[in-house]
Amino acid sequence: MEGWGAVYLQQVVNGLTIGSVYALIALGYTMVYGVLEMINFAHGDVFMVGSFVGLLVLALLAPSSSAAAGGGLLLVLGAVFLGAMASCGSLGVTIERVAYRPLRASSRLGPLISALGVSLFIQNAVMLLVGARPKAFPQLIPKQLYHVGGAVFTNVQVIILLASLLLMLALDQFVRRTRWGRAMRAVAQDAEAAGFMGVEVNSVVTLTFLLGSILAAGAGIMVGLYYGIVDFFMGYVAGLKAFTAAVLGGIGNLRGAMLGGLLLGLAESFGAGFVGAHWRDVIAFGVLITVLVLRPGGLLGEHLPEKV
Amino acid sequence: MGGFGRSGSRRSRPKLTERLRRASRFIGRSRHLQLLALLAALVVFGLQADEYLLDIGVLVGIYSILGLGLSIVIGQAGLLDLGYIAFYAIGAYWTALLSTYFGVPFWLLLPSAAALAAVFGVLLGYPTLRLRGDYLAIVTLGFGEIIRITLNNWRQLTNGPMGIMGIGHPRLALPGLGAFDFGLNVQAYYFLILVLDVVAVFVVARLARSRVGLAWKAIREDELAAGAMGVNVRRAKLLAFALGAAFAGAAGSFFAGRVGFVSPESFTFVESVLVVCIVVIGGSASIAGVILGAVVFIGLPELLREVARFRMLAFGLGMVVLMLTRPQGLLGQEWMGEPEKSRTEPEPEPALVPDL
Repeated sequence: MEGWGAVYLQQVVNGLTIGSVYALIALGYTMVYGVLEMINFAHGDVFMVGSFVGLLVLALLAPSSSAAAGGGLLLVLGAVFLGAMASCGSLGVTIERVAYRPLRASSRLGPLISALGVSLFIQNAVMLLVGARPKAFPQLIPKQLYHVGGAVFTNVQVIILLASLLLMLALDQFVRRTRWGRAMRAVAQDAEAAGFMGVEVNSVVTLTFLLGSILAAGAGIMVGLYYGIVDFFMGYVAGLKAFTAAVLGGIGNLRGAMLGGLLLGLAESFGAGFVGAHWRDVIAFGVLITVLVLRPGGLLGEHLPEKV
Repeated sequence: MGGFGRSGSRRSRPKLTERLRRASRFIGRSRHLQLLALLAALVVFGLQADEYLLDIGVLVGIYSILGLGLSIVIGQAGLLDLGYIAFYAIGAYWTALLSTYFGVPFWLLLPSAAALAAVFGVLLGYPTLRLRGDYLAIVTLGFGEIIRITLNNWRQLTNGPMGIMGIGHPRLALPGLGAFDFGLNVQAYYFLILVLDVVAVFVVARLARSRVGLAWKAIREDELAAGAMGVNVRRAKLLAFALGAAFAGAAGSFFAGRVGFVSPESFTFVESVLVVCIVVIGGSASIAGVILGAVVFIGLPELLREVARFRMLAFGLGMVVLMLTRPQGLLGQEWMGEPEKSRTEPEPEPALVPDL
């Protein structure tokens, strides 16, 4: 045991792993907030659905996956990710189309209540379908342990961290460099003006939900692989924390959400390490309240006065 | 029957129905008589119904108080509170702890639970004053979770997930008749919660028409404009939080005294959502709507046990459908104000006046 240094390193590794998952989910919140100025309460549940679709794809592939080890593993993983991302993408787009779009011009609380309803609906639909008990998520990737400086981490953690960073980088470049990305930024700045300039606002909103849900699906699979267990209620707490991460970084700000996710993961991991694991959620929500009270614009966000 | 004399005896049959119709029309016209008739019906229900129905009645009564309290916050002041059940928990645990540790009588705990919850309402409200609607929703949600997790984890004080048992039931010292212990007498609790509900309805109705009620309405419709017109936005919001929380605290105290047992799992996020549903679906600024919501959300699922599994699924769907079709709620007059004008219809173009 190398003492405190090892403990710190361990918390950093654990914090970054879970933080990168928070960041992936947080991106969905922050993109939707940036474009529509609404909190998509059902986003956490889209993430949960991603986990379960992954489980379903795995179950369908089960006979072949056990046969084809090694080279087949990548194929199976690819199928799981693709299946989950495709279904969550369409789920997210459907939610927006059915439950949010008709309310876009209405009062502020209308879409919020509607989103809450969607969240309840998805949670309970999944619970009725698969049962309330947690389900085991098969450990596809043969676990390897690495010992570095007294800390222990697994190849799964490394894969999660790398895959998340890759997805985030892809999104960041998409938003910064492509035509569609420019349209998204335009709508986020001023939807009306963007519309006048020929941007198809509705398509941009659809795209936003699509991208956010795809990232959430990816996060869902990774959490399944990391914890090895999924349940119908996991979207609630994860969603809440991801939202905290989005707020921490400055809501509406993509890089902020990434930073916020990683920071929140670290804060939680250190808090859990030093105060006790059962206070983990209290620490996360405490961070949320503190940030909102002290710096409502977040770390990277600019403080905008409320539009009149 | 008598009193209207001769004509009644001559053609008594049509006259009776006519008189009944007239009476019901009279009752229908006067709001006070309507309420009196409803109250009479509830009293008769309390005297006649069996224990099972009374128990459901008590539950509906508790959630009516919660709904009424939250309707102050959401309906009147337009602040979406998603952690409201925390105040219910605070009231319940305050009662549980003081009753089991120090044997404080219920009648002292009920008002003090309300007061304590109000203090917590201000504590939550104060730092969140500046936050906009949707941020506020999240912060209150986080607050609710913090309270629940703390109750769950602070084993030395709250006995953790095992909860607190043996909370003292209310006792009433009747002069000359000795003490009456509520014990497990459902009927007694039914009438107690009925009284509390009547008080709650009265208070909410008076508040809505009071000065501060107007201030809340103004804030709900447009906070900036309200502030500009001289409404003390800060104080009005804090008052809404405090009063709403006080209702929940009292309801929690009653719950603890009634059941004799509290544990953290009674105070989950789902319960908060349930109260929000009650308020929003009935019509957030309508007292009758809130009561209707409580009956629909608490009473119906209890009576239809077989479909209880689908309750939350149906709630979720119901919330979405309601927002799409009738955003003001079933009985609501108007909801969170008009849609923002600037978004739906642009300002008319100013006529081009030649600059001379």
